[in-house]
Amino acid sequence: MASFTSPSLVRIRYALWGLIVVAALVLAGLYMRGTPAPQESRQATQSGEAAVRSEFTLTDHTGKRVTEADFLGRWQMVFFGFTYCPDVCPTTLAYMATVLDTLGETADKIAPLFITVDPGRDTPKVMADYVSAFHHRLVGLTGSEVDVAAAADAFRAYYERMEEDSAPDGYLMTHSGHIYLMTPEGRFEAVFREGDQPPEEMARKIQNIMEKYGK
Amino acid sequence: MRTALLIVAVLTLSPFSAMAEETVRIIEPWARASVLASRPGAAYLTIESARDDRLLSVESPVADRVMIHATENNDDVNRMVHFDALDLPAGKSVVLAPGGTHLMLMGLKERLIEGARVPVTLRFERAGEVTITVPVLGIGARGPTEDIQ
Repeated sequence: MASFTSPSLVRIRYALWGLIVVAALVLAGLYMRGTPAPQESRQATQSGEAAVRSEFTLTDHTGKRVTEADFLGRWQMVFFGFTYCPDVCPTTLAYMATVLDTLGETADKIAPLFITVDPGRDTPKVMADYVSAFHHRLVGLTGSEVDVAAAADAFRAYYERMEEDSAPDGYLMTHSGHIYLMTPEGRFEAVFREGDQPPEEMARKIQNIMEKYGK
Repeated sequence: MRTALLIVAVLTLSPFSAMAEETVRIIEPWARASVLASRPGAAYLTIESARDDRLLSVESPVADRVMIHATENNDDVNRMVHFDALDLPAGKSVVLAPGGTHLMLMGLKERLIEGARVPVTLRFERAGEVTITVPVLGIGARGPTEDIQ
């Protein structure tokens, strides 16, 4: 990896440490308020207390208002991101598409959902163009700022607007990069990250989970 | 590998290559196809410099601005960080790859279409300007040496 050590980057390094401190404080704050951070929710799942819930009222990329009830009976594979994200989001959505393709017909039992954390710019029309580029079954979900905040809160997904002069429209979205797997009843089952395993391995894990449930 | 050879060829043809070729190698550059022209694109490459150098800026005629960005992942949260320049320690491979450091192409004239070839000029503190041709791979591509969807 690159090493960013030149004197002119020292300020950036300090800024990064600053960000880490701020992030730590934010996480600590969330913890104090009893809101589990992603790490904790994973542990909670292992102990059987699913803190991550699939609860939302959003607008899909065809313009239809949907809730989690519309996806009951299918497994949900959920990722939060935004279409102005040039690196992690396309990488993760393409990864999810490969997982679905690897699963073949089994993927019919999965509803892949891409929920934007940038609803102001990600209209249903934008989402329609965007999701269709990745997978014909990928569902794009957007809504009002309040709708999206509620959905992210239920999934314990973190996101934040970051002002950045050099970015389009002067801001970027910071977001957690998890892929959530929810059961056909809408309960939390597992969390994955794109970089943690090749897509074939994630497909195998999902297959195993489905066999375990017999669903 | 074919890409690497191609880049060597491009460098050889470049008017700025005489000096740059000796000191800086650009390996396997690629860009990911983008979905919408209104959304930024991303390009990746590996840079090797024989001596200490810095990548100061990047330009491309297909974009209003090219920025050096990194995706930092702390506590499972992805955060974009903007770099004014990229340090290139002598003899080290500096890798720009998905999920890490990348070139962000902003204000695209049109979306990046798979199969297209995009000129990109890298300006180094010591090696000067190097113009390369960057192939646009599929939206699901992970790199030039892996299967392209």
